[in-house]
Parts: sequence; structure tokens; C-alpha cells
Amino acid sequence: MNTVVKNTDNREEVRRKSMEALTPEIVAHIEACVQDAQPHSHLIGVLHKVQAHFGYLGADQLDAVAQLLQVPTAKVTGVATFYHFFRLEPRGKYVISVCLGTACYVKGAEQVAERLQEELGIQYGETTTDGLFSLEGTRCLGTCGLAPVVMVEDEVFGDMTADQVPALLEKFSKTED
Amino acid sequence: MRYIMSKAVLERYEALFEQMRGAVSARSSDAAVVVQVGSATCENAAGAPSVWREFERHIKASGRSDIVLHRVGCTGRCSREPIVGVLKPDEMPVKYEKVTRDAVHDIFTSHVVNGAPVTSLMLDASGHGAKYQLVLCAARHCGAAVDGDTEKTFREEIAAAGLDSDDVSVLAANGFGFCGMSPEESAVCVLVRPGNTVYFIRNRDDVRRVVREHLGSGTEVSALRCDAEFVSRRFFSLYGDVAFFNRQNRIALRNAGVIDPERLDEYVRYNGFRAVANALAENDPEAVIAAIEHSQLRGRGGGGYPTALKWASARKSAEKTRYIICNADEGDPGAFMDRSMLESDPFSVIEGMVLGGFATGASRGFFYVRAEYPLAIRRIEHALAQCREQGLLGDNILGSDFSMDLEVRLGAGAFVCGEETALIHSIEGERGQPRIRPPYPTENGLWGKPTVINNVETFANVPALLVYGSDWFRSIGSEKSGGTKVFALAGKVRHTGLIEAPMGMTLREVIYDIGGGVPGGKQLKAVQTGGPAGGMIPETLLDTPIDFDTLGALGSIMGSGGMIVLDEDDCMVDVAKFFMAFCQDESCGKCTPCREGTKRMLDILERIAAGNGEPADLDKLERLAALVQKTSLCGLGRAAPNPVLSTLRRFRDEYEAHVTEKTCPAHKCKALVRYEIITEKCVGCRMCARQCPVACIAGERKQPHEIDQSQCIKCGRCYEVCRFDAVARQ
Ligand SMILES: Cc1cc2nc3c(=O)[nH]c(=O)nc-3n(C[C@H](O)[C@H](O)[C@H](O)COP(=O)(O)O)c2cc1C
Ligand code: SF4
Ligand code: SF4
Ligand code: FES
Ligand code: FES
Repeated sequence: MNTVVKNTDNREEVRRKSMEALTPEIVAHIEACVQDAQPHSHLIGVLHKVQAHFGYLGADQLDAVAQLLQVPTAKVTGVATFYHFFRLEPRGKYVISVCLGTACYVKGAEQVAERLQEELGIQYGETTTDGLFSLEGTRCLGTCGLAPVVMVEDEVFGDMTADQVPALLEKFSKTED
Repeated sequence: MRYIMSKAVLERYEALFEQMRGAVSARSSDAAVVVQVGSATCENAAGAPSVWREFERHIKASGRSDIVLHRVGCTGRCSREPIVGVLKPDEMPVKYEKVTRDAVHDIFTSHVVNGAPVTSLMLDASGHGAKYQLVLCAARHCGAAVDGDTEKTFREEIAAAGLDSDDVSVLAANGFGFCGMSPEESAVCVLVRPGNTVYFIRNRDDVRRVVREHLGSGTEVSALRCDAEFVSRRFFSLYGDVAFFNRQNRIALRNAGVIDPERLDEYVRYNGFRAVANALAENDPEAVIAAIEHSQLRGRGGGGYPTALKWASARKSAEKTRYIICNADEGDPGAFMDRSMLESDPFSVIEGMVLGGFATGASRGFFYVRAEYPLAIRRIEHALAQCREQGLLGDNILGSDFSMDLEVRLGAGAFVCGEETALIHSIEGERGQPRIRPPYPTENGLWGKPTVINNVETFANVPALLVYGSDWFRSIGSEKSGGTKVFALAGKVRHTGLIEAPMGMTLREVIYDIGGGVPGGKQLKAVQTGGPAGGMIPETLLDTPIDFDTLGALGSIMGSGGMIVLDEDDCMVDVAKFFMAFCQDESCGKCTPCREGTKRMLDILERIAAGNGEPADLDKLERLAALVQKTSLCGLGRAAPNPVLSTLRRFRDEYEAHVTEKTCPAHKCKALVRYEIITEKCVGCRMCARQCPVACIAGERKQPHEIDQSQCIKCGRCYEVCRFDAVARQ
């Protein structure tokens, strides 16, 4: 199952195409994984790297990963769609994640979420038309003690109330002007 | 030959220990002041990084080289973060809470430089101001007391010696973990601060000596002094005066808030890797398993399976390639024990895994960590690299013939991947779907090889119980379960945070003595334990001692440690619906009962919450729940009905109110709530009209207002803002 053909006729072409879809660094990383005794086990780690760089997993990237790791594209897509963390669509500049975990829920995360949807005019999983914000509902961010919690990119904001939402959004849209 | 190698391993460890102890003290020995700042995700969210930078700036500007900034992980006092400690030799350590950048300036100029603590910013200043603080160990499990009541005896002797009782504050702590170390059978441990001297007190004479000699004349009573390094000695010398901390027992969290999580030397300084050195020197894996068996350590990931049995079963296998996995997927949405532990002390977990590898004969191990925990991932990677550098991981650990290495693999946001067979598939690079057990992973796991999977906290306990003794560990727990449990206390509780309590402590003690009770004068309704797989424990059962079996008997589970306090404003139907929605969303879809059953149960709960439920729905729910419980393939499906069943059992009246009277007693289910302005009470201040997000409140100034019910979105804002109680909620 885990046998990887180390060399194929079209290797150079695959490599060239992958370089276009991915980055040299990611290609090098995948090639290092292929040397491992269980190369396929690195699939999820590779997808993380791709998403960290591109912000999402596009069809070209999934294809390149499949080629380089020598895994069927269908399997790569199957894995990418199974896990909530992976996104198949490009996202806005700032991803706003509202924690919908238990602690945040009982402390009123819903009101905060509703206000965010109201102010941004979008639902979960959508992006504002100006491409600035995407909204996501996530599971516990692990800072339940500060519930309810909203995360913008990597920054965590605790003890949120619906009334703080406009100021929060302004903080990020302002830096754009 | 063997003997020579054992000696070499121990010698090598002692050399490493001395070297690291030297390195740690070199950093702080000349310091007049050490300033400690937390650095885990919680602290960072609360502003710790800017506090750290502000201290850096101040230290630089002061030009002093004897003020040292020390990074620590987190103490778990989430709602008071960022916490800053100011430590001076021969003075009581002072902790400040909710420190802001502005507060840094005050703390620095007033306290750090001029020696005057800023009382208004202190975390729990109750014992402050006294010349001496006595912290007594009042742990229930050893039952030792002087003349029946140690605290009283001390107070009496303090008065008899003519000391001013304001000069000495006496605090009772729950358990230092010093016991078992005492040369006497029934001695009480007492910590005297400043200076952090520990005494073993046997009787009133000893009390008298400590009071007169130490407190009265300032001379230590060396005959009663205890110099051994106990499990949480450092923790209690830093935090022992604060009620939130001194009601806890710290074993898994012994180094959290004490060491710099990015420095191996600080871990080793507090006996880190001593358990590995001893085990490798003795070279008897069976003995390690026997010690764990004796300690009665049970898995902390939720199931409570005895760790020794799991390890022994992998060890028995004929297949010699074996693996160890640390389950750090932490899927319970409302729990953060594992994150905090990995961010505050990744080394304990690593050491536990090495011991697991040695005991089971595995030479390769994996951390399976949630991708949502970037800081934890960074800290593990960093710690692994440091351990490799010092020969604590890799080939021939500490010069022995045992080799092992660990790697990190990431999850990707699927709750089901916390289930062991799904987790294994995920590491293999597959979709994380479970398979039928048996065979259990200990026979047939990762790549078909015997695999031991344990939770983060389980591993963190192992080094401590081996170094400090399995008798001691066992004595702390309850009858069938040794040690402590870490809980993530959240929801409607005053002190949210991460706490570690001995098995057998009651829920009430955890929530009131440590957690400070419910804020806002509200009534506690229930405690949710075990997350989506657990249940609700009503207020009337709070005196239940916490253990795997007791909570199971109540229809909940211990779980991995999520503990959410719910008050009168929480609707039990709504909470059950919340968890069902979670399980339905997270069902991997492989088996029908779980995939379809959770959907159907969710439909019914939604119907009830919307006011469209019928009395027959309750029986239907119960039947479906029983079916899903019995026929699902994995633990996710089998436990998904638990929140519904436990609320139906304990709070059936709330369900009935929803279906028969169409009311939600907690006023939470929007479809069943109605806001109305009471004409007689309304003064027409317009407050509510201004706040209403959909502008459905109308009325002239100084005239009674009215809500347009067809537009009302039931946000409740008018109800909250009216200062004349003129908005009624039904
Ligand atoms: C749906 C599901 C989710 C789980 N999530 C976790 C988890 O996040 N962390 C964990 O340690 N165990 C989790 N478990 C339990 C693990 O399958 C396993 O029993 C545990 O990691 C064993 O470790 P222990 O013996 O140290 O408790 C989960 C189980 C199920 C069925
Ligand atoms: S019980 Fe649910 S999560 Fe478990 S295998 Fe079946 S469908 Fe998947
Ligand atoms: S806030 Fe109260 S008093 Fe004021 S207009 Fe509204 S209902 Fe009337
Ligand atoms: S529930 Fe929101 S951070 Fe944990
Ligand atoms: S302060 Fe660290 S977990 Fe909250």
C-alpha cells in the first residue's frame, strides 16, 4: 500500500508542473516525505503546509500533492474534504472565527455571532464582497476561560460582547486605509 | 556488565542534572528581583506579550542587570490573566492579576525598584501584609492533624507566645504532595513564608517550637525542617497563599507556572528525566509497569482504562515493532487541559512517553495534536529538539541501550479523530474514520503494529508517580483510582481556569472552594462534565466525590476534564440540542445509527425548542437514544445520546414545559420567549428603542412604548437595558 515508485518517466514534467502549483520549499518538503518509510502518512501534514502558504487548497495544489506523493487525487480530495480544518475555497484577508464551543455558547457566543453576521452581511463560510473578511464558526479555541471568544487570524479576543463587534471590525478595516 | 551500564546511566544523569541546575541558577542567582510573566495562549490573548515587552523596556531603561524576566507557562487562572509574579529573595512572592501595560509601570517603579508592593493589583491579597504566612497542609487523604485541628493549635500557640495575630496569617491548603516523605507516620506539613521553609509537625510541642523559634525569633528549627524536593514544592512556594491554588493538588500540573516551557534545564532542575534515568539504570520494564499498576493510574482521556493493563498488553505482543501515541486531539469543545499542559510543560509529557516506550518496548512515538493549537505544537517541537540535543531522545538515551524518538503529527479539526482507531487512520494519512474494535490498537494499531495510545495528562503523571512513589500517588486518589484529575472549569463560574483536584474531591468543593461559585448571584442549575459524551449533574448531587465510577453512576462521565457550570439562565433542552448538533456535525458518517440517529434526535430537539414538540416526542427521543447508544460503531455515536438522556432523566420537567405549556423556563429558547412593555411601568425614556437592533420599538418620548411583535427577533436587549423593569419576559 505504501510503496512509492521512486522514479517515473514523466518525473521531470511532474516536478515542473508542481513547482508552478506549489512552492519550491513545499516541493522539497514533499520529496523529503517520500523518502520516509511511510510516505503517505505525511499527506495531512503536507496539506497543512500548502494551506498555510496559500490560505486554501486549490484544485491545482491538490493535484500536485497527489502527483508528488504518488497518492490518487481522489484520495487527496477525500482527505481534504473530510477534515474541517481544510478549506477548498479562497478566503478573505482576515478570517474571523467565532468560537462555538460549549463554554462560549453558554456565555453568549450566539449573540456575538449574530452581530458579526449582521455587521458583515455574510453567513458562516462566506466572504465579504470586498474580500476583506471571512466568517467561520469553529470549535473550542482552548481559551474557554475567556469565553466568549473570537479569533481574527491568529489574534484571540476574549470576553466578547455583541456591542464590541463594530469596534473590532473597524480595527481591522481601518488598517486597510 | 549490566551493573556498569546502570552506573554509567545514573552518572550521566547526575552530571546532566548538575549542569542544568547550574545553568538555571546562573541565570537567577545574582538577581535581586525575578519578574515572572505567563506565556500560554490564554495569557497571550489577555495581553501578556505586551506586558512582557513593557517590562523589558523598563528593565532596559533602568540600566539594572539584577532584574531578571522569567517566562513561565500558565498557572491556569484564566479569568485573571495576565498574571505577573514579583519574586525577591527573603520576601513573599507577590502575584499581580490582570496586568496591563499601564500597570507594569506602577509595579515596576513601586515594587520592583522601590520595594513597595502595589496592593490594589494583587491576586488574592488576603494573606498579604502579614510578616509571616503559614500554609498548612490539610489534605484529607493522610488525615494527619495536630490535636485534632492543626490550624487551631497554631493560632493558640501564636497567641500564647504573645505574637500579634495580624503578623502571622494562617492558611489551610488542600494538599502539597509532601506526604509519604515524612519520616513520621502522621506528621503535618507546614510551609513558612517568606523563605519557604517546610516543617514536619508531629505534635503541639513542635508547633510551639516553630512559633517561638521561627516566628518569634526568626531562627529556623532545623530539627523539624524538611529539605527534600517534593512534587509541587516549587509550585506551592510560589502560589501557596492563593486560595484558588492551595485547594488544589498539583501533580500533572506540577511545573505549570513554575518552569519556562522552552527551557529543558528548568524541567530537569525539578527532577525532570530522573524517572527515565532510574528506569534505564534498573533496566526492568516490568517494574515500571508494576509501579504504574500499584499507583492505580487510570487513563485521563475519558475512558479511565488502567494504564498499566494497556502497557502490559502491548508488551505481551509477539510483534516487536511497537508504537506509542500521545492523544492531544482534545476534541471536547469547552476543554483546554491538554493545550495548557503542552504549552506550560511539554517535557513531562515527553518523559512520560519515553517511559511508555521503554516499558512497552516501543522505539518510535507520535504526538497527535490538534492543528488549532499552534503554540502547543511549537513548544512540543522545541522541547523535542532540546531533548535530542541532550541525549534524552534518540539513540542510546543517556548512554543506555534504549533508543527512542518522537515526532509530531497534526490533526485537522475532526472530533472523531480523538477515537483511537480513527486517530491511527489519520496518522496513516487517511480519512479519520474508526473501525470496529477488537482488535484493540495494543494488538493491531498503527501500520498494523501494537500501539499504545494515551492521553496527554496520563503521560504527564507517569514521571511524577515514578519519582515520588506509587504509594504516594495512590494515596492521593480514591479507592480505585490514584492521583488527581485536571479540569477545565468554565461557564458560569467566577474563577474560570485550569485546576487539578484529587480524585474523590466533591464537585461542590471544586466549584465553590476553587471556582468561587456562580457569579452575579445566580443559582447553579447543573454541572456538565465529559463534553458531548457526558451529562448534566444537577445541583442536588454536587456532593458526589469525583471519580470515574461515581460520575458514571450519575449518568454522566468523568470525560477528559471539561467541566462547564450552568446556571438558571441555561435551558437544559437547549444545551442538549447544542451537544446533539455537535455530534451530528462531527459524525464521520460511516455507520447508520450515528449518522441518521443524531440527525433524527437533533430534529426532535429543534422541534421541541421551536415550540412544536409533542409529549410523545420525549419517548421517541428516549427510544432513539437507546438505539443509537447500542448500535453505533464507535464511541462518538455510542456516547452522543448521553446529554439527551441525562437531561431527560434529571430535568424532564423542563422538557415537559416546552412541549405541553410551550414555555422555556430559562427563557432561552427564542421561539418560546416573548418580550412585552408594561404600559403602567414604562416612562418613555426611549432607551430600549435606541438599542433595539431591528428598530421594532416605537413610542413618543415620555409616552409608553410598544414592541412590534411581528418584527421582534427576541434578542432581549430591551429587557436588559430598561432601568424601570418595564419590559416583561414570558
Ligand atoms: C469520539 C471520541 C473522541 C475522543 N477524543 C479524545 C481526545 O480528544 N483526547 C483523548 O485523550 N482521548 C479521546 N478519546 C478517547 C481515546 O479514544 C482513548 O481512549 C484515549 O486517548 C486513551 O488514553 P487514556 O487511556 O490515557 O485515557 C476519544 C474517544 C472518542 C470515542
Ligand atoms: S458511531 Fe458515528 S462517528 Fe463512530 S463510526 Fe459510526 S458514524 Fe462514524
Ligand atoms: S427602556 Fe423601559 S422605560 Fe424606557 S421606553 Fe423602553 S420600556 Fe419604557
Ligand atoms: S468553548 Fe470557546 S474557547 Fe473553548
Ligand atoms: S490561563 Fe492558561 S489555560 Fe487559561
